[in-house]
Amino acid sequence: MTVTDNVKKLFLILLALTALQTAHAQLQIEIISGNASALPIAIVPFQWLDATTPPADSVDQVISGDLYRSGLFDPMDVADMAERPVEAEDVRFGTWRLLKVDYIVIGKVRTPADGQGHEIIYQLFDVHTQEMLLSRITTVGLGDLRYGAHKVADAIYEKLTGVPGAFATRIAYITATGLGNDQRYELVVADADGFGPQSIVGSPEPLLSPAWSPDGRKLAYVSFEKGNSAIYMQDVSTGSRELISSGKGINGAPSFSPDGRKMALTLSKSGNPEIYIRDMATGRLQQITQHWSIDTEPVWAPDGRYVYFTSDRGGRPQIYRVSPGGGSPERVTLEGDYNARASVSPDGRKIAVAQGRGNEYRIAVWDIKTERFTILTPGKLDESPSFAPNGSMILYATREGTRGVLSAVSADGNVRQRLILSEGDVREPAWSPVIR
Amino acid sequence: MKSAWRLTLALMIAMTLAACQTTPEAEPEPEPTPDTTETDVDTSGAPDPRDYSDARNFDNPESLLSKRVIYFDFDKSTVRPEYRAIVSAHSAYAAANSSARVTLEGHADERGTREYNLGLGERRGNAVTGLMSAQGARGNQLTVVSYGEERPTCRVSEEDCWSMNRRVEIVYTAR
Repeated sequence: MTVTDNVKKLFLILLALTALQTAHAQLQIEIISGNASALPIAIVPFQWLDATTPPADSVDQVISGDLYRSGLFDPMDVADMAERPVEAEDVRFGTWRLLKVDYIVIGKVRTPADGQGHEIIYQLFDVHTQEMLLSRITTVGLGDLRYGAHKVADAIYEKLTGVPGAFATRIAYITATGLGNDQRYELVVADADGFGPQSIVGSPEPLLSPAWSPDGRKLAYVSFEKGNSAIYMQDVSTGSRELISSGKGINGAPSFSPDGRKMALTLSKSGNPEIYIRDMATGRLQQITQHWSIDTEPVWAPDGRYVYFTSDRGGRPQIYRVSPGGGSPERVTLEGDYNARASVSPDGRKIAVAQGRGNEYRIAVWDIKTERFTILTPGKLDESPSFAPNGSMILYATREGTRGVLSAVSADGNVRQRLILSEGDVREPAWSPVIR
Repeated sequence: MKSAWRLTLALMIAMTLAACQTTPEAEPEPEPTPDTTETDVDTSGAPDPRDYSDARNFDNPESLLSKRVIYFDFDKSTVRPEYRAIVSAHSAYAAANSSARVTLEGHADERGTREYNLGLGERRGNAVTGLMSAQGARGNQLTVVSYGEERPTCRVSEEDCWSMNRRVEIVYTAR
């Protein structure tokens, strides 16, 4: 072992440390506008009986944070809790009624009998009827306590709203930092609450259009690392990746079919952008649009019957849909000058778009049946809408001054929250499917 | 009398036709050709700025070959008349230098969606290659790469900045 070897080693360690530090500041989430009718709920601190050291963010705090950010709940401050029961027989409903709480959650965390991982044992009560609405044990592996807390929040959310929760999901987004030749792009994956961001690809050349596979294991995206746009597909946990398309012209806008067997994408090898369907097993391509206009941003209906896409065949960009087998496209959005980049709601009834009017771009939702738009966001440069897998929220990209930030808005437009990174631009959010 | 009227009519038609033919050709005034009466051999080595086959003109601010960015109107891909002379100069260079290779990098401003803007940037690049091909550049010399809105030259949300970003950059990968 020579001195130079040691210096080299030290240098490598330093390099790794800097990489970790700059890797990613966590997304900070704050509510911009809330909901006056949010349900008052008390998440009583969970008793820690686990053999391991308690985490910095307790399970009850994570649950409380999730419910708060949904905009539908108003969790009580722990400091205001006159009592902190752990067992069902210790809950005195009269006290909680006086504190004007409608629901109460109690629980504990312990190491399972086999010594592997953690068990979160919890109960949810209706304070007014004194009924026990939920009593469950959620078991997770070692190190997955936050995930477990999100699962508990999902169960509580579903019990009280009738809609499955989407807290135990992830989001992917692109960050851009630096200027000019020092510009750096990264594709980052984080928990839906912004926690634990991990860069899965970094490049000095642009990265864009991340899209999740339906099992939540893979991400397809566009990278300019070879000097032109190319589509890659990458395994989120192993990092292994595959080149999907890098032909002449544009290779863009990947979107997995609901069964994961096909991918819709945009290629301009014919001279202008057209939509193609790629069979993922054979690699065979089928062209499904044929028009001199720009046809791009394909996205599948949840039942797989249609591919929605943006086209300016009518003069300005509008949303159209076509069968994945091809055929004549049908125009979907019938109002407005500029409607692009559709995200289809999980029930298939609505599509969120970036709607342009003059220099203002807002997120608007088109109801396919009633043929009406609802504008959800204030602008001015809102784009890239992405429905949560339960349809409750839409994540999108917006601007604050000259930098890009992410925001989320409830599907009814009442609750809005902002997700801020400490530095750089954040853009193109993609909400993962529910990972089971 | 009748024949005189007929003659006038014929003249009018002829003039109208001539006008119709010249209108679309109305390119920006070609710059006056240099006075060729005294063609002294230039011993200083400075290239003639209008010799578009001369690679030295890429760095000659007097020459159109030194200008390599074409700007566009919002959501449009038509090469504006004031930029046609620049495109013509590069077409002439490519036509005269068969080893030259040019990448037309198409860009859009930040408004609108990213993938649509990739399409728009490509359309702008195609507009320039279309002109260059018509003017003698060969297909194998020209490549279009669209960056959409991903590589802005400025980042302020105002028209002054947007107009700088809606562009095609003429990049020589080989001269």
